Amino acid sequence: MHQLTLAEIARGLADKQFSAEELSLSLLARIAQLDPQLNSFITVTEDLALEQAKAADARRAAGENSPLLGAPIAHKDLFCTNGVLTSCGSKILTGFKAPYDATVVEKLKTAGTVTLGKLNMDEFAMGSANESSHYGPVKNPWDTSRVPGGSSGGSAAAVAARLLPAATGTDTGGSIRQPAALTNLTGIKPTYGRVSRWGMIAYASSLDQGGPLARTAEDCALLLGAMAGFDSKDSTSVDQPVDDYLAALAQPLAGLRIGLPKEYFGAGLDARIGEKVMAVVEELKKLGATVKDISLPSMQHAIPAYYVIAPAEASSNLSRFDGVRFGYRCENPKDLQDLYKRSRGEGFGAEVKRRIMVGTYALSAGYYDAYYIKAQQIRRLIKNDFVAAFKDVDVILGPTTPNLAWKLGEKNADPVSAYLEDIYTITANLAGIPGLSMPAGFVDGLPVGVQLLGNYFQEGRLLNVAHQYQQVSDWHKATPAGF
Amino acid sequence: MALERSEVEKIAHLARLGLNEGDIPQTTETLNSILGLIDQMQAVDTQGIEPLAHPLEATQRLRADVVNESNQRDAYQAIAPAVESGLYLVPKVIE
Repeated sequence: MHQLTLAEIARGLADKQFSAEELSLSLLARIAQLDPQLNSFITVTEDLALEQAKAADARRAAGENSPLLGAPIAHKDLFCTNGVLTSCGSKILTGFKAPYDATVVEKLKTAGTVTLGKLNMDEFAMGSANESSHYGPVKNPWDTSRVPGGSSGGSAAAVAARLLPAATGTDTGGSIRQPAALTNLTGIKPTYGRVSRWGMIAYASSLDQGGPLARTAEDCALLLGAMAGFDSKDSTSVDQPVDDYLAALAQPLAGLRIGLPKEYFGAGLDARIGEKVMAVVEELKKLGATVKDISLPSMQHAIPAYYVIAPAEASSNLSRFDGVRFGYRCENPKDLQDLYKRSRGEGFGAEVKRRIMVGTYALSAGYYDAYYIKAQQIRRLIKNDFVAAFKDVDVILGPTTPNLAWKLGEKNADPVSAYLEDIYTITANLAGIPGLSMPAGFVDGLPVGVQLLGNYFQEGRLLNVAHQYQQVSDWHKATPAGF
Repeated sequence: MALERSEVEKIAHLARLGLNEGDIPQTTETLNSILGLIDQMQAVDTQGIEPLAHPLEATQRLRADVVNESNQRDAYQAIAPAVESGLYLVPKVIE
């Protein structure tokens, strides 16, 4: 049963081949058996899952038949879940049982999904390897000596290992797409503002977006359709109707114009990944796509700009963790300053502290123009590149990551070397456009991802291209040995 | 431009982050390496470019000035480290 996709589960439940309760019990047993190898879950919500599964079965018995009714999922542990630990992978949220559900959680609950638990992640979503979690690193099911990517590393590892068919994630600089690429999944970061950020613990508010990770584009379409939409509780939510992503899947690719940015195939890219990506391009050509060489010249400045904007926003967002209102408080504070400093000093991990300090510095008096304003100007240059490119092409295609999944601990000594791994993904966050990663094959037994970038609100087109490719390829069906 | 130890201590104070004495040299080194990466921005010509704060250039949405939240003090205080009689407890701030 664990090999079923969400779409297959919907059919199986509708045809009464199994109940939502049977499915959840089977997956919960699998999680208990296999997750100790991966550490992908922070919390398994067994009682909640069985209660929701029984309720879904009752709703089906009463005649309801919506596709996600009884579908098992789990949430990245930065989506607030009422009454359930929401840790954000941090010691500072020790004991934090959120007093409300995030909008995404509430929407998926309403759709009838069954929540199996909360998934491990880099602390406050800051990382590309899922090694900065207070709850320990997550292992990649394709090779448990390697990282699954981050920051949605628990989501990726759990879905790749068939512990569940799909999960939510968030993407601030590539945190859905990069782990999807390193674990052979499909994941989509929607347009900024498409999915509500309410109840999603903020890292960098002008970049953060929630989205799904699953094994097929079809499943991503199913989940994203339920997650997306206007929310008055999120001041940056976009008030426009959600496209029918499932309906978009079937569109033929004849006439699709693909742009290949030369900056994505230059120095720094593992040539074996480049070959896999070009093989996908050849397949898409057979399906009727045309290809054009393009240039995104400002991309080379994206990493420095991102590492100003994201830490600046983080330093402000994370000021709410003060040891007073929720979460961790240090022992025996001698005064209020001591309470703040020690609660935060002891509660945050090294990478989070680094980013708070970089952001504090960038925003401090005398440096604001040189850092923050400069970064925002570069941000516009990056957006302008995309606006120009999308005049001539429908999607932009390239590798999701420059390298394969690396060994646990390999990039810990030098944070900047890990930052450079985000080179292909962060431009989509800076510009606010949607991006998708899908499986493109294997090198030395490790998954390779290809990234599709689209114009604003073109999620349907990206899912369409990925789905059509998945009709003529089998990479996404491969299962890691031992799972 | 490299940060000195005293500047790192000042930034940590501004961010209300307690650093262990022993961690400061390593923190200083790593921050300088990150700032070295960030300083690559200075080579980019951005003269006359308007800063971009929001990808869709949206402005703050306004809503009607009506009450739309109920009082949830009990629920919020149930997860606080220390409360008493509906108040959050912190060390004494006025001698």
